[in-house]
Amino acid sequence: MSIITLAHGSGGKLTHQLIEEIFYEAFKNDILLQQKDASIVPPINGKIAVTTDSFVIHPIFFDGGDIGKLSICGTINDLAMRGATPLYLTVGFILEEGLEIEDLKKIVNSMAETAKEADVKIIAGDTKVVERGSGDKIYINTTGIGVIEREVDEVSEIEIGDKIIISGTLGDHGISIMSKREGLDFDVSVESDCGLLNGLIHKVLDTSNKVRILRDPTRGGLATTLNEISSLSQSSMMLYEETIPVKEAVKSMCEILGLDPLYIANEGKVVLIVAKEDAEKVINVMKEDPMGKDATIIGEIVPHERRSVYLKTELGTTRLIDMLTGEVLPRIC
Amino acid sequence: MKYLNQMRDINLIKGMLEKVVLKSKTQVNIMEVCGTHTMAIFKSGIRELLPPTIKLISGPGCPVCVTPQSYIDTAIMLSKRKDVIITTFGDMMRVPGSESSLQREKALGGNVKVVFSPLDAVRIAKENPQYNVVFLAIGFETTAPTVALSIEMAYKENIKNYSILSSIKTMPNTMKALVVDEEININGFICPGHVSTIIGEKPYGFLAKDYNIPAVIAGFETVDILMALYSLLEMLENGEYKVKNHYSRLVSYEGNKKAQEIINNVFETSDSNWRGIGKVEGTGLQLRNKYKDFNAVVKLDIVEAQEKPIKGCICGDIIKGKNNPLDCPYFAKTCTPINPIGACMVSEEGTCAAYYKYRGSST
Repeated sequence: MSIITLAHGSGGKLTHQLIEEIFYEAFKNDILLQQKDASIVPPINGKIAVTTDSFVIHPIFFDGGDIGKLSICGTINDLAMRGATPLYLTVGFILEEGLEIEDLKKIVNSMAETAKEADVKIIAGDTKVVERGSGDKIYINTTGIGVIEREVDEVSEIEIGDKIIISGTLGDHGISIMSKREGLDFDVSVESDCGLLNGLIHKVLDTSNKVRILRDPTRGGLATTLNEISSLSQSSMMLYEETIPVKEAVKSMCEILGLDPLYIANEGKVVLIVAKEDAEKVINVMKEDPMGKDATIIGEIVPHERRSVYLKTELGTTRLIDMLTGEVLPRIC
Repeated sequence: MKYLNQMRDINLIKGMLEKVVLKSKTQVNIMEVCGTHTMAIFKSGIRELLPPTIKLISGPGCPVCVTPQSYIDTAIMLSKRKDVIITTFGDMMRVPGSESSLQREKALGGNVKVVFSPLDAVRIAKENPQYNVVFLAIGFETTAPTVALSIEMAYKENIKNYSILSSIKTMPNTMKALVVDEEININGFICPGHVSTIIGEKPYGFLAKDYNIPAVIAGFETVDILMALYSLLEMLENGEYKVKNHYSRLVSYEGNKKAQEIINNVFETSDSNWRGIGKVEGTGLQLRNKYKDFNAVVKLDIVEAQEKPIKGCICGDIIKGKNNPLDCPYFAKTCTPINPIGACMVSEEGTCAAYYKYRGSST
């Protein structure tokens, strides 16, 4: 069984072997293969969007994905949320001594496959190796570069009556990861929703020019994302409990663990705020895409003097949906 | 989930609510003892829909909240010892001691591990013979059986590096202490559902018999709580004081005899220290003499920390139900879930955390 050792990070022969046999082999494209200190890309026509994200998930392989797929989807989705078409990615690896090379290959191949699916080139990279005990197998950072098609995220455009749309069921990623957490060997069949949203977003933006905001509700879940938007836009939101889609298996796990799906992480969902008149049109287009097949309206922007997010329960009572405050959860992204 | 969905039928809940509203005539104070009930009540929002004649008081049933600060300080002191691994339930990590928390000590290099069961702590002890593994045994009758099991296991397998720092508490005497406290006026109890699965109905009998206070053992669904309220109102109206079990899908009259047996094998009744209240007679469990070597205080020669009350913090009175969080000058101002001053704000099931998380549109 071959493993990563400190020599793989020394810059010597083993480093080159790793780069050529694993990284170049999987990611190869004309820009990366310039093999220079910096890659030079052709001129880009339009405003450029840049984002970066680091991934430290445990476990590194899970139902529905792995840290590699996640590291590509996460960054591409962040670009898509601003209305950018993703073009390029850079990748930084921090490997822990002892990581099996077979596992690294699986992760790298999964990254290459996901990048290909998103039509994005990986154009620069870096690898460092840390001593055993100084990391947790593998950490990945990805930086994404995209070109703006139509800039989204204008909180100032939000109006009372705008609809809040979610692209599908909540909490799949967080619950999938938690069920594999050490000491919690739940036999649940929830796959992580880890996936690319750029295709879906493209279709949505082609359909409506009244999409106020796009966000992917990752860490902290939908509740935290909506609170961020509410505080930035100084608007209040009302969610309707019975409309919020959650899988039965996720509901059951949440019951057992005392969690609320509204606060659980998603990795392939988007929440949109759309003008009332365009909401139905947007939903119809979303439903045609596999990433948006369960899209539904879950709430709206309402007048309220305290700028907050509220939930109308099925019983007809109203309660505040606050931001997530520190909870003991495993690393999930 | 199928049964849960049936119980969550909105027409069923609305119908039950209507019955409670019609039944309520005079002012009553009902205490829900258990933190999980407090959370369920807030989550459903039924407080908003109940008539003003029904006052719900949140009781002392959150294990984290009732654990004294001195206990946390002792645990923190232990976590600094190089020969010790502290194992704990996750929600103890953020509880503030007088100067630090276990979470902070872990970040500073303290050897603290979160476990889901004390049996995991025994496993860690087996795997790390060079360390003394200490489990922070807190909670009520619900956690006591697995703690007892871990002690029996370690005893049988002759694992000498496992011990517990115990602050386990028991419910019936605690409820008695609340009833005899003249400053608190409780007309009826919603008994803790989880604790009742272990102890059964019997131990609550004295409430009705000696103090004319009706009690209902209830589950945690909205409809369970409404049914309990209806039964309590009905008993109060008719002057019929009984313990009723509406959680018979899980709670039997005798309770879980196997769990009781193992608790009795390992523990005996003792006094216990409560946060903000002090020592309350007969409300705790301590290791029997046979298992004294598993008492971390003796085994590791610990000098237990002293209680240093926080000025102005009214957690003690909130735990007793004398005050509610809105009476506290710190609530939602300097004391928030991110920066808790008192323990009631730390645990998910703490009364202050519940008030904070689910504060309605009016507060």
